Amino acid sequence: MIVMRSSERTATTVSPATSEAERRARRDGLAVALATSSYGISFGALAVASGLSVPQTCLLSLLMFTGGSQFAFVGVIASGGVSAAGSAIASATLLGVRNTVYGMRMAPIVGPGRWRRLAAAQVTIDESAAVALAQSAPTARRVGFWVTGLGVFAGWNLMTLCGALAGDVLGDPRQYGLDAAAAAAFLALLWPRLRGREPLAVGAGAAVVAAAVTPVLTPGLPILLAGAVAVIVGLLWPPQQPGRETAVAT
Amino acid sequence: MSLTVAVLIAGVAALALKLIGYLLPERWLRAPRALRIADLLTVALLAALVVVQTVGDGQALAVDARLPALGVAALLLWRRAPFLVVVIAAAAVAALLRGLGWAA
Repeated sequence: MIVMRSSERTATTVSPATSEAERRARRDGLAVALATSSYGISFGALAVASGLSVPQTCLLSLLMFTGGSQFAFVGVIASGGVSAAGSAIASATLLGVRNTVYGMRMAPIVGPGRWRRLAAAQVTIDESAAVALAQSAPTARRVGFWVTGLGVFAGWNLMTLCGALAGDVLGDPRQYGLDAAAAAAFLALLWPRLRGREPLAVGAGAAVVAAAVTPVLTPGLPILLAGAVAVIVGLLWPPQQPGRETAVAT
Repeated sequence: MSLTVAVLIAGVAALALKLIGYLLPERWLRAPRALRIADLLTVALLAALVVVQTVGDGQALAVDARLPALGVAALLLWRRAPFLVVVIAAAAVAALLRGLGWAA
């Protein structure tokens, strides 16, 4: 009887267009979750190669749960060891600042409730924000956010464990090119952000600064200094508006 | 600081940053300068990490098998290859060059 009533209600309150949009959001979310989770395996292997234990690697994925920051953390540890832990924390944290912006965008989609917001915050990452914002209906946005966020969380942590266990038995990471894989991972994360003249210029400037100061600073600090360049550019230069670039250049 | 403590600190900081987003008033979203700096900061940090991971060797610069591997990764990204393909291809190129003794 109760089941009947709830199905009747669903049938009357949800229009066919809305449920179709929700189905699409769920499909998008699952596809993104599968693709993203699969490279959790490369993170797990890289983290162990950088000197983290298997439990430390899994703890990082569970707690930090934001790919770019995780790769940054183990990358700095790989080049500087435990003595670079401060720089590793700072690099990972600065790279996580964009998740604050995603959180602001997701808050109205997720809705109120302390525990719901805490859970939502943990799964607020590039992928869940992107899938949610790609939907147009409010309910589809919510479905897209949760399916992607929870799907990536489950898959990413499982694949991290698999990669960490595999990396543990592999031996010398350089023999398998895992150091080159780390560089490629950062490039792949950077690539979609290089649209437009300003990100290209800031990226190139940061690359030059990082290379120039690497021989004179302890590992990790060159990355932080390059980040400072971006903050200075953002504060001092006015945002470029289309058609006004020549005027700004003078 | 032990590595486990560092993992805990960095993990809690990452979660705190996400939570702050849910607690800030929505009107902050209309502060274009802050949003722009967040975007540029991400680009700069990732670009610096690419460089350090490719030619960094502790506190020295070194050109080895990682550089051609990154070139292949860039080519694949330009051809819109998926993330995992890019990462595995880069590892394979570096492993191959080292296996053949063509690069350090």
